Order: sequence, then C-alpha cells, then structure tokens
Amino acid sequence: MINLTINGIDTQVHEGTTILEAAKFLGLPIPTLCHMEGLSPYGACRLCVVEIGEAPRSKLVSSCTYPATEGLKVRTATSRVLKARKMVIELLLATCPQSKIIQDLASEHHVRQQRFKQEHEDCILCGLCTRICEEQMMAKAIGFRGRGGNRSIGTPFDVESEECRRCGGCMYVCPVCQLRCTFNEPEKAICNGCINLAAPCVEKDQFDDLMCYMDPCVACEIEKD
Amino acid sequence: MSSDTVKEILDKHNEEGNGLISILEDIQARFSYLPEDALRMVADAKEMSLVEVYGVATFYKAFSLEPRGKHLISACLGTACHVREAPNIVKEFESQLGIKAGETTPDKEFTLETVACLGACALGPIVVVDGHYFSNVGQTEVKGIIEEAKQGFETADIQQDYHIFPVDVSCPKCNHSLMDSGRVIDDYPSIRVTASFGINHGWLLLSSMYGSYKVFSEHEIPTETVVHFFCPHCHAELKGTTNCVTCSAPMVPMIISGGGMFQICSRRGCKNHMLDINGVNL
Repeated sequence: MINLTINGIDTQVHEGTTILEAAKFLGLPIPTLCHMEGLSPYGACRLCVVEIGEAPRSKLVSSCTYPATEGLKVRTATSRVLKARKMVIELLLATCPQSKIIQDLASEHHVRQQRFKQEHEDCILCGLCTRICEEQMMAKAIGFRGRGGNRSIGTPFDVESEECRRCGGCMYVCPVCQLRCTFNEPEKAICNGCINLAAPCVEKDQFDDLMCYMDPCVACEIEKD
Repeated sequence: MSSDTVKEILDKHNEEGNGLISILEDIQARFSYLPEDALRMVADAKEMSLVEVYGVATFYKAFSLEPRGKHLISACLGTACHVREAPNIVKEFESQLGIKAGETTPDKEFTLETVACLGACALGPIVVVDGHYFSNVGQTEVKGIIEEAKQGFETADIQQDYHIFPVDVSCPKCNHSLMDSGRVIDDYPSIRVTASFGINHGWLLLSSMYGSYKVFSEHEIPTETVVHFFCPHCHAELKGTTNCVTCSAPMVPMIISGGGMFQICSRRGCKNHMLDINGVNL
C-alpha cells in the first residue's frame, strides 16, 4: 500500500493507482474529458491537472496518468491548478465552441467569455475514439494520422476501413459530436450559462440530459458582465 | 509497384528483426514513395493494423504517400533563408512549375518541397535539386535551375565539354590502378574490381569508356541487385558516403588519374553515375 496526501487528507492506495483514481475514491472532484474508465489513460486534454509536491518546487501534472507514489502531496484545487484548468477549457472552447460537453465544462468552471478566435473544428484530438476502437472493440479501424497542425483522426487513405464493424463506439464517446443547445444563438455566448443563473433547484452536478429551456437565451446576459 | 520487391524487403527485415520505420524507409527508397498496397503488405507481415502503419507513414515528413517526381526540388525556408526572401523563391518555383509546395507536377517530372534548414545558412536562400546545391538564389535564377534540372546535371556536364572518353581509374583506398590491360572492352583497357553479392564473389570488368555501360562478370548478376565492390589489390570495399539519387543504392567511388573522382551506382541495371572533376588542374 502507498501512503499519500490529497488536499491534506492522508490516504492509502494500491500500487499502480493514479492520482485521479485516488482522488475519486476520496470524492474529490477533478474534471476530465479524455479519461474514461475501461480505456487506458492518455493525458491529452490536460483538464485533470493537479499540483504535486510543495512550493516552490511544486509542479502541475495530469492526474489521470500520474501514478501515486509514497509520500506524495497532491492538491487538486489550488489557484494555480484552477487557472491552468480554466485556460485549458478556454482553448478547448475556442477549438470546438459548438460542443455541448465543452460548453458545459466552460460554464461549470466559470468561463464567462470566449477570448480566443473560434475555430469550429470537429475534433479536439482527445483520442477517446481511437482508444475505444482499439481497446474495447479490438478493431483498430481508426487512428491518428499526420503530425502537428495536420494531425487528424480517421481511417487509412480516407476509405472505409475493413476492420470497422460500424459499432458506433467512436461517436458514443466523442465529446464534440453533441451540439450545444444554443448553437444558433450569439456566436461567442457560452451555453448553459443559464444554469449559473437558474434557480437553485436545478441540480448543478451533472448536465448530461439537461437542455436549456430559457427563451430568450440568457447566455448573452452573462457575457455582458 | 511490384509486390515481389516489397516481399524481398520484408523478408530481409524479418531476418534482421528490424522495426516498422526501417521497412518503410527501404520501401520509400525503392519506389520513391509508399504505395498503398505496400503499406497493406507491411501491415499484414508485421501483424499490425493498417491504421498504425498509416499513422507512422503520415507522421514522418521523410515518407511520402504520393509518387514523387523524377527531380526533387527542396527549397529552404529556415530562418536565415526566410529573411533573405526564400518565400518569394518558393512562390516563383510554384508559379513556374504550376504546383504548390509539397506537390508533384502532373508529368511526374518535378516534386517541390520546402525544408526547415539545410545547415548552410550563410549561403541562403538555398535550393537543392537532385543533390545539387544552389546558393544565394534569386527569383530570376529559378527558371534556369528548372531548365538545368530538366536536362539532367550529369549529362549536361558531359555534353558541354566532353564526349564519350576513356577514364583511367584507381582505388580510392590504396591508390593502386584498377585498369586491366589484359582484358579489353570498347578497345580500351577495362576496369577490374572484385564484386560480391549474396554468396557470390568474383571478378567484374567494367568498360572504361565514360558513358558506356558494358559489364562482364564472373557470376551472372541479376538486375536490381546491389553489388558490393572491392579493390582487387587492397581488398578494401569501394564504398562512398553518398547514395544514388535515382535508386538510393550506395555509390561506388573511384579516383580518376589526373585528379577528380567518378562514382557509379552499385545497383545492377541502374545507370546512374557522377563525375566530380572539381580540383582538377588541367
């Protein structure tokens, strides 16, 4: 067993446990996007950053890939962590402003405006679809292609893959496939802003099936302040 | 694409236990690009998914999935060349050839690519065509460079000043003459070397006429075979540092008496040769 401290709480975990798993066990919320149980950790989205070690030598690591080590001191919500997370969300939002999941994350993490140029990409290269295809479906039909700015996900030679069984797993896990509810509303508005204004009876934890019914949308109201 | 050649490459690497990149490098060297069928064969042989092979092939800039042209033009766009207006040179090439950087002309003559740095920043902007460097290239020189490449650098050299002529060569290692006056080819003494390929090892006689490709050998050498050349006197392998620009087999260097060097491709059937008479005192 390995002893470590997360947010001042001493805990014991088995060897090979990641910080994210240990924090989840303690009920500490760490947002994730490219992480999914049953798939290997990938560390692509950097949303799950936490601060390890003690000042001034502390550093930010992705908790989904960092294994717990003896005596490790982890802080999951320092101002440095929150700032880094917010920046990651802003960048993700600029890449895919149309994604409901990213919009939800943004409003959940108090991102109130979009400062960067909107790209309207259809992929954030989180690798969830390639991993589910390889690890759960044993198909390896899609994968990463190219490098740098030209990196994309797809089948070889852009033709239908012989390995693909059309299971739809890739679409199921994709965080940007689902469009936000106010897609036709003001460009730079942040969807689900209404949740931050709405009556406290609305459960704020999970936005899974919640769709906004406010008419007109108040997302633009938030942008103003 | 011949699948036999790919099989041969795969078998060779299977014996050596080499990884994917080495195999792709060899296929690229042989066909000048990675044909789709070859990638499928590699995936089958390595028991990998095609997407994994494809991912590696698209990741590295050294690999090309499109057939390359006969002549490769690499224009440097590194920092030093960039500030010396290399982007304009690239634009000029693009308009002259009617293609964008990274593309090949429809007649498969030219491939234009940009590179990050060629390591000769003081000479920028630099353009390399088929291994020949052009320094301080101006926009007006672009057309000339393309014309020169079309004619071929080697043939242009010979046709200007020399007709077919006999050469007198010696080993670059021991400087011993390689000429064999006992055996005459094309009315001139032949060049005698020791050749080895596979399990075969024996003598090889080349015509000393520059431009003649007559060859006699102890063992029949199948075309496409890469042959290792040895000096019959010091038994050192005649091995240069450069590779053939056409088929990327190693070039075999020999010293020309009077100065200079000439190199022939070690692949049977490839007629590529290079004459370097720099530093000759005529």
